Amino acid sequence: MERPTPAVKLNRAGLSKNDYVGSPSTLCKGCGHNSVASQLIQIAYELDLRPQEIIKLSGIGCSSKSPAYFLGQSHGFNSLHGRMPSLGTGALVANHAVRAIGISGDGDTGSIGLGQFKHMLRRNVRMVYIVENNGVYGLTKGQFSATSDEGAKLKYAGTNPFPGIDICMEALVAGAGFVARTFAGDAKQVREVIKAGLSYRGTAVIDIISPCVAFNDEPDSRHSYAYGREHEQALQEVGFIPAQEEIYIDDYDPGTTQVVELHDGSRMTLRKLEADFDQADRLAGMARLERANAAGELLTGIVYYDDRRPNFAELSELGETPLSMLPDAKLRPSADQLQAFLAGYA
Amino acid sequence: MRVNDFSIVVATANGTGSQTANLTLLRSFFKMGIPVHGKNIFPSNIQGLPTWYHIRVNKDGYIARKPSELLVAFNPATLHEDVATLPSGGVVVHNLDLHLKPERADLTYYPVPVKQLLAGVEVKGKIKEYIANMTYVGVVAHLLGVPLDVIEEALEHHFGKRRKLVDSNLEVVRLAHAWAVENLVKTDEFKVEPMNATAGLIMMTGNEAGALGAVFGGASVSGWYPITPSTSFIDALREYLGKLRHDVDGRPTYVVIQAEDELAAIGMVVGAGWAGARAVTATSGPGLSLMAEFLGLAYYAEVPAVVWDIQRVGPSTGLPTRTSQGDVAFAYYLGHGDTKQVLLFPSSIEECFEFGYRAHDLADALQTPVLVLSDLDLGMNNWMGEPFVYPDAPLNRGKVLSAEEVAALPDFGRYKDVDGDGVPYRTLPGNENPRAAWFGRGTGHDENARYSERADHWVQNMDRLARKFETARAMVPTAVSDERPGAELGIIAYGTTRYAIEEARDLLAANGVVTDFMRVRALPIGAEVRDFVARHERLVVIEMNRDAQLTAILRDELPEHAAKLKPIAYLDGMPLTAAWVAERLAAHLGE
Ligand SMILES: Cc1ncc(C[n+]2csc(CCOP(=O)(O)OP(=O)(O)O)c2C)c(N)n1
Ligand code: SF4
Repeated sequence: MERPTPAVKLNRAGLSKNDYVGSPSTLCKGCGHNSVASQLIQIAYELDLRPQEIIKLSGIGCSSKSPAYFLGQSHGFNSLHGRMPSLGTGALVANHAVRAIGISGDGDTGSIGLGQFKHMLRRNVRMVYIVENNGVYGLTKGQFSATSDEGAKLKYAGTNPFPGIDICMEALVAGAGFVARTFAGDAKQVREVIKAGLSYRGTAVIDIISPCVAFNDEPDSRHSYAYGREHEQALQEVGFIPAQEEIYIDDYDPGTTQVVELHDGSRMTLRKLEADFDQADRLAGMARLERANAAGELLTGIVYYDDRRPNFAELSELGETPLSMLPDAKLRPSADQLQAFLAGYA
Repeated sequence: MRVNDFSIVVATANGTGSQTANLTLLRSFFKMGIPVHGKNIFPSNIQGLPTWYHIRVNKDGYIARKPSELLVAFNPATLHEDVATLPSGGVVVHNLDLHLKPERADLTYYPVPVKQLLAGVEVKGKIKEYIANMTYVGVVAHLLGVPLDVIEEALEHHFGKRRKLVDSNLEVVRLAHAWAVENLVKTDEFKVEPMNATAGLIMMTGNEAGALGAVFGGASVSGWYPITPSTSFIDALREYLGKLRHDVDGRPTYVVIQAEDELAAIGMVVGAGWAGARAVTATSGPGLSLMAEFLGLAYYAEVPAVVWDIQRVGPSTGLPTRTSQGDVAFAYYLGHGDTKQVLLFPSSIEECFEFGYRAHDLADALQTPVLVLSDLDLGMNNWMGEPFVYPDAPLNRGKVLSAEEVAALPDFGRYKDVDGDGVPYRTLPGNENPRAAWFGRGTGHDENARYSERADHWVQNMDRLARKFETARAMVPTAVSDERPGAELGIIAYGTTRYAIEEARDLLAANGVVTDFMRVRALPIGAEVRDFVARHERLVVIEMNRDAQLTAILRDELPEHAAKLKPIAYLDGMPLTAAWVAERLAAHLGE
């Protein structure tokens, strides 16, 4: 007698959650990066994403390896240390019909890649740019990174004498229109913020505090699980409702719910927990970050949101067909055109 | 009389607008049907330092650099030095206001009262300074016999529709010409006469020709960062794409991005190549070094990319506005570990155009970077050439699988050597087949692009890449040769040295010394190069770098012939002259 196979739940793309997994992770057990990868699997499944419309890009580091561990049916490229932004810019100019998920580390983005990071934000390339921020170099075994806190202690590296770079602050200064911070331990918030980022028109910077259990998980480290759990300060509760309508963000009262209009028509509800916080005010975001940093708080939520600036593909006035899919006849001008052109050089 | 056979050098200061005057002279000779070529020898600064414009006029078509016989002396800083370099019988056209004393009895001096001539001209300030250069155009036109209507045509070419500029420049030319007719008694022997050797030819810089080639190769994305002498390549690319690549609705079908540096420029090119668009960048030595890691990755991840390296003298900033062939070894092995890159060596504007589109076909067909090694001399100077031939084959996009093609396969392995030629099949992002995806990376991988540190996987993969390089040998442009009965010596060279070498061979032949010549047009070398080397007992390799870089590569590739390959290498930032080459060849044969 045949036993009925348990029904696999398919999403509207006709895919099971299993269709969104990648190859087995080679990262340490318990590494924050793994939980981000599993949230990305969940998100893609929940949003009915077709893997073919996603490209995954990364730099170098433990974090940057993780695109291999989710969305195995999507094309991906684990590029060079700090230089995923340029690779992504080229790829998204070649094919602006795909959506990009970029994964970087704090070492990757905050040091060697700081320049490319900032220039990508100036160009507003359409990409969810996730920094898996553990305040340490994981893959090279425990050196301080640019985001390590001043005074932080590491087993081999000693005490960090320099102030850390705040990824969100750098993003705000560079003119990013979507700047968020979340915590890998807070799965729900990670999911909702990334979903919002996926709907964003340009570069959505998401700084995810993602503890390195091997080299930076001392309870007094701001990048540890214990610290994160204890000190997390949510700016708002973020809920995501996939839908078609567009809605506007307006200033709204503390304690109430606000629905934010997203670029692709889906909506994001924000619950503002702080009386004077306004996601549409860049300077307020900077000030709030500064205060949180001074107070040693882990501020999470969407720090800044503004999608008025066109993205790079829009600025380039690209047509509907991606450059990579243009037929040969559109790529090579005609013999007559060559002749006419050369007449000017006779 | 020396008709249609001489060299002129115009000595001015950078930033004085002499380029228009010089190009006007150059183009006038060209329009008179006389073979001609001009070389701008300029400093790496914006204003004030000395610059020289060398024009070689030669009825027999020799256009290599040749020490000048006529000097237009407009720069006080180099006046005496410039006069001293002239051979006996030479001519000096000098600005009277420089107070040059005609000290050499073996030269003819023609002073030009520039200030006086310009006194009546109705322009002010900076423009007046620029236009002052037109005085020597007028005087030289009279001395050599260039008709004024030809000068006008050349100015029209230069300024296009900006008639006002044509007229104001022409006014000065006419003034100076009339003054010269009235006041100068010609006592030198140099003269031009119309002939018919340039009919149907075009004149363009190598960078323009290469950029046009890229456009006809379907280049759609360019990331770049300014560096002399490559910047004009991208300037031209942008202009040509703007004219030739719009969709029916007027939208551009291309994007040119000024990157923040070369690290990003090549990243954009590799990203675009991976995503399936043809992409090109142009740079020079210092930029190429910053591109090294990405090009090594592109070699290993097998992503097409086209890089034009317009070589200048290195290392570091070196002589940024002087020419060389000094990046050959670096470019060939660019990347870490065992990498070998495909290099193309254009030597003319026709080849710049042809290699311009073929580089993209090769990069796609081989799924690898292709580096076109041009140089400042070719890239930034105007050269005559045959009108470019439209590509005779459709674009070769290489082994790209569509979703249906993937579906029809039992399995898809990104790095599988299905055809035995080392070139695997690839799929592009956006491919709808769920089995089409692959993960590009620099880390070790198996045939399915999966992470692997297994020794056998690494070796297999590297062996396949080596096999692919063997495939490249038969695909790259073949070397061209000219062999003559009774040759005592085989010459191997590449790129722009050909002009001095071709002339030197004729000089030697006139003295009864016969040589064969092979011009290598790409690396890796093909069988024809091996055969040429095998056929010759005596061989020299001529190149413009100190350490004989191609010689070393050839010795490495042809160890059985290594001892035969003798380098003649030289580098001082200036293009070779035939006299130098002939002398060195004669010396070599005498050894
Ligand atoms: C050009 C270059 N320099 C240095 C390295 C070595 N390297 C590999 S990973 C890494 C740091 C990664 O740190 P981070 O981005 O914070 O990622 P994590 O491993 O902590 O996730 C470095 C310096 C490299 N791969 N490339
Ligand atoms: S070393 Fe740290 S960052 Fe790297 S995998 Fe282990 S826990 Fe994660």
